[in-house]
Amino acid sequence: MEIIHSIRPLLAILVSLAAAILILFFGKHRNIREFWTLAAGVVKFGLVLSLLPMVLDGKAPVTEILTLADGVSLKLRVDPLGLFFALIASSLWIITSIYSIGYMRGLNEHAQTRYYFSFALCLSATIGVALSANILTFFIFYEMLTLATYPLVIHKETPEALRAGRKYLAYTLTAGVFLLAALVATYSFAGTLEFTPGGILAGTADKPTLRLLFVVFMIGIGVKAGIMPLHSWLPTAMIAPTPVSALLHAVAVVKSGVFGCLRMLWFVFGTGLLSDLGVWIWLAGFAAFTIIVGSMVALTQDNLKKRLAFSTISQLSYIVLGGALLSESAMIGSTMHLVNHAFMKITLFFCAGAIYVNAHKTKISELNGIGRRMPYTMAAFTVGAMGMAGLPPVAGFISKWYLCIGALQAEEMLFLVVLLASSVLNAAYFFPIVFRAFFRKPEPGAGEDGLPSGEASLFMVVPLCISAVVSIALFFAPNVPLHFLELAKTVVQQVLQGGQV
Amino acid sequence: MDHSQLPILVVLIPMLVSFVIPLVGIWNKKLPFYMATAAMAASLLAALGIMNQVLQQGPISYRLGGWAPPWGIEYYIDHLNAFIMTLVCFISVFICIYSRKSITQERPGKEVHFYCVLLLLFTGLIGMLVTGDMFNIYVFLEISSLSAYALIAIGDEKAHFATFKYIIIGTIGACFYLLGVGYLYMATGSLNIHDLSTLLQPLYGSKVIVVSAIFFIIGLGIKMGLFPLHTWLPGAYTHAPSAVSAYIAPLMSKVAAYVFIRVMFTVFDVSFSFENLPIMEILSWIAAVAIIFGSIVAISQSDIKMMLAYSSISQIGYIVLGVTMGNREGFIGSVLHILNHAFMKGCLFAIVGAIIYRHGTRAIERFGNLHRTMPLTSAAFAVAALSMIGLPPTAGFFSKWYLVLGAISAGKWVFVVVIMISSLLNAVYFFRVVEHVFWKPKSGGTDLPIERNEAPNSMLIPILVLAAGILALGFASHWIIEMVIGQTVPAGIL
Repeated sequence: MEIIHSIRPLLAILVSLAAAILILFFGKHRNIREFWTLAAGVVKFGLVLSLLPMVLDGKAPVTEILTLADGVSLKLRVDPLGLFFALIASSLWIITSIYSIGYMRGLNEHAQTRYYFSFALCLSATIGVALSANILTFFIFYEMLTLATYPLVIHKETPEALRAGRKYLAYTLTAGVFLLAALVATYSFAGTLEFTPGGILAGTADKPTLRLLFVVFMIGIGVKAGIMPLHSWLPTAMIAPTPVSALLHAVAVVKSGVFGCLRMLWFVFGTGLLSDLGVWIWLAGFAAFTIIVGSMVALTQDNLKKRLAFSTISQLSYIVLGGALLSESAMIGSTMHLVNHAFMKITLFFCAGAIYVNAHKTKISELNGIGRRMPYTMAAFTVGAMGMAGLPPVAGFISKWYLCIGALQAEEMLFLVVLLASSVLNAAYFFPIVFRAFFRKPEPGAGEDGLPSGEASLFMVVPLCISAVVSIALFFAPNVPLHFLELAKTVVQQVLQGGQV
Repeated sequence: MDHSQLPILVVLIPMLVSFVIPLVGIWNKKLPFYMATAAMAASLLAALGIMNQVLQQGPISYRLGGWAPPWGIEYYIDHLNAFIMTLVCFISVFICIYSRKSITQERPGKEVHFYCVLLLLFTGLIGMLVTGDMFNIYVFLEISSLSAYALIAIGDEKAHFATFKYIIIGTIGACFYLLGVGYLYMATGSLNIHDLSTLLQPLYGSKVIVVSAIFFIIGLGIKMGLFPLHTWLPGAYTHAPSAVSAYIAPLMSKVAAYVFIRVMFTVFDVSFSFENLPIMEILSWIAAVAIIFGSIVAISQSDIKMMLAYSSISQIGYIVLGVTMGNREGFIGSVLHILNHAFMKGCLFAIVGAIIYRHGTRAIERFGNLHRTMPLTSAAFAVAALSMIGLPPTAGFFSKWYLVLGAISAGKWVFVVVIMISSLLNAVYFFRVVEHVFWKPKSGGTDLPIERNEAPNSMLIPILVLAAGILALGFASHWIIEMVIGQTVPAGIL
């Protein structure tokens, strides 16, 4: 790949950092403050988008900022996988920001300046995670993301929220030290930390050591990726405001986790080494377990956000499973599910938030007839639910299709069964909600609670409709909006070629 | 300008000024502060000049009174002590500026004595750093220790007891050091560090030498506050006046650590320290225990100064662990940590002093709402806390990085685990404070007032400078290592 030096990757990170400072500065004037959030979102998306033609041309824009240790610098490099993730995060940030405005104002939330400030920091960190050229840079942004999300998780400042925050930090910081140990060991073995398609670790240490290193890596990265049994911070963190949950689940945190997982699997270990060591099957096993158990737990949840959280845990492991199966289609499916799940899940969370703001309902059992009151919201919810179950014409079908073919290619029938069973389970826990919303009569007395009837404000409805429409558009034309499928295929080609050498 | 006299000026200026201060203090109570600050700033300039010279021409040897070593006293400055001296001067200047308001409030009427003794303490620290003579180190060690005893004793009502404990234990430490010097003198007839290092080569088998090495380790271990010789430290750091804690905590144990490195790697050489005796192996295990012990005890503290003091015990463990691993990465990690920890602890103790200045409390559970009344101080606290935990991109991350790298290069996986656990324990006790400072639910009546009430500028600016330093050092760490720290690694350590 041809390397070109460009400052744009760095700018894409700095723009929301600058916005964070401006947000703090204009904390008293809420319209100006929100203007900075949106402006930074648009500029950031534009910057990331401007990198797309270069990457499609086979060029790799690089920014080298400064040297951190011998042979390792703070360095950004835009490769297809990184750009893929950056496109998801930056496009969803705009939608989420608009939605946040509706949500936070609708509820008259306190500490909104801190909220937007942390939000902007999160996005800087996420883009940093996406565009990192080596594990150390990745780690720096990954930890920054942990810290920037902490104020969002404890936003309510109630003892319960503080407990959730503590749990969140306990999990993520522990993961951080595992990741640190793993990355220092990698540096010590391989002498480099550069993400390279096909990996850097092959032949640098004996097999048992590398297997141990793999386990340490996966613990370090698996917490944010929500792989069971490291997932339990995620449902707890649902205490946060809904846009934050949406951000955590669809845009930034968990996606950084699974993205990191793919990075470590394909760019640090490499496909060749993974099948050599035989460790992929361990990870695939854990992922399969998570897919099934996550869905089963989701069935038992009555709190809508909790159910969504367990659904996320289950869906994230699709990505991990696809990454671990190491067959071409599975890897494409895995990469595609990054974007598909992002748009579908954010739709679902937006719907949950809209219902909460407008009807103050958090429990599924209270949702009878809500679809008559909020038809657009619940229509969008239905789209998201269908996507989760992998039904056409929603994007979830595409990734599931590739994943299933991948399982066949890898000749692992068990995982095929897991994927199919999971579709059934997804349907089992999402469709009753849809059914309730549209076909049950509202409970007597509903609509007399003094709350506004009808839809939530346009700030909330428009974003959730956009993300639902995009979820459908990604089914019909996965390549048209931002060349996602093409990027995914390029990633997989690179990785497989690198693995052979 | 002639730079050849800088090594003596860096000590002489503060010493002479400290003698003049009591006289000036008779007719003007305000001047001593300015004189002390100016003296320290002059030393800082001199130290920078020395640093520059060392970087360009290599180590400097200065003969006191023109007498040739080994008979006369030699000041010997290489990269290691030039570096630590610059650090000490830098922190001193800022903490001295910081101290004025704090000491005026906490001990009104004592300013003259305070600045006189503070400057003596500074002289002692700088003296230990520049000199190349074992007995001369002892003299400066006593100057600094005695002035520290005096400064701690003017603290709160429990300070007398804490000081008494420190005097007893500290004097024992000094005695051990002196005995070590005596044994070396007996065996070789020399006190000059470089002379000793050549004279000692054939004597490494001798029991006298082994015993003297052990005496040095015990003596300096006490002075550093290395577990289990740390018992004086928590009381002394906690009950001293805020400004004194902010001065002593970042600097004194670091200078003792420097002397330790000097003795183990220059006076004795690497082959003796690592091969003749299992001392380094034992010390690294002690350091590992110190790291865990300090962190665990820190968690259980309700007084923030006590918590920081135990955290220091743990951090000294990091420094000792790094040097005793016997490889380049570990050594670099230690020296880097001397630098980083001085900034972090200086910043943290200064912040605590500012909180005491405004709100008169150091009980962690009374810090609710602090981010409203002192937003900048709280932000500085967050930065320093993150650095203590070792989160990137703050400075603390980079010393941890090198220490872990050193442990892996040495094949000592246990120490990797120790450092990992310790970072988590650090996270536990620092985030506990962060929670109180930033978002503790308002509990009835115990909270601080809400109005913005930031510390006065003369206290706030040093705090912010140190906090900014923590961030800057993180980004500059590779540059610093290439320029200076890389040259400090003793011959024989690969």
